[in-house]
Amino acid sequence: MITLDQVRRRAEADAKTYGYYLTPQPELLQGFIEGLKTNEDRYGYPVCPCRLASGVYDYDRDIICPCDYRDPDVAQYGSCYCRLYVNKEVYESKNLPEVPERRPIEKQQRAYGTQATATEKTPTQGEEKKQPAQASKQQPTVKKKLWYCKQCGYVVFREDPPYICPICKAKKEMFAKIESAIEFNG
Amino acid sequence: MNISKVSGKNTKHKVLVYALSTCVWCKLTKQFLNDNNIQYEFVDVDLADEKDKEKIHETIQNKGGMLSYPTIIVDENIVINGFRKDKLTEVLEI
Repeated sequence: MITLDQVRRRAEADAKTYGYYLTPQPELLQGFIEGLKTNEDRYGYPVCPCRLASGVYDYDRDIICPCDYRDPDVAQYGSCYCRLYVNKEVYESKNLPEVPERRPIEKQQRAYGTQATATEKTPTQGEEKKQPAQASKQQPTVKKKLWYCKQCGYVVFREDPPYICPICKAKKEMFAKIESAIEFNG
Repeated sequence: MNISKVSGKNTKHKVLVYALSTCVWCKLTKQFLNDNNIQYEFVDVDLADEKDKEKIHETIQNKGGMLSYPTIIVDENIVINGFRKDKLTEVLEI
């Protein structure tokens, strides 16, 4: 099990790598670290403490901290949605901005059982294994595609291209889908 | 649905908070209501079961709210998204 100190150090290291700062208010920071630890213990990955997770990794992948929306949010508002990661200006002024939710509504809705039929429970001893009532046994998945950054060649296999290329910082528009086809001759 | 009740002297409005147990802003909202002695109810949505989550999703969207936390519903029709002290102060007449 991960410790609070490990979560904090991981966030600090990530902020440093990307030139960000962690929120300047110590009590908020402590709350974020605790929330991340709780979620990592609960789901197995540190999903954003300010958003509702589905518990299905593929559905929550974009909100695993640091989330997909952090970089564009810091660039536009000076802070991420939670206000855990901030830029230098916000860090020094200590004025935390309001950051609207950038995550598309279709992805938010996956956490409400409307699409996520997940959380398969392993039956405990003595508990009868129930037959799936609504044939909801299959594990929900998302359709992943291969994307490449036209600027640096970075390749990623996921539902959508990243907002910003993690390698060269090119914008989402610089990503193109890799189409592949197999031909059989003879 | 597991709705927790917090009693307070100020019962002028019916206040329901949809929160996440991991969310700092939700904790601050509850703290703000406690400090102002407001009586309120809350649900930690991340700890609710799937059926309740669906109901909450429907309720918030029917009232025109966003699926963000905290979402505070005052008198069953005013929706406040996020920890907004100014809005809470105004709506709850603190």
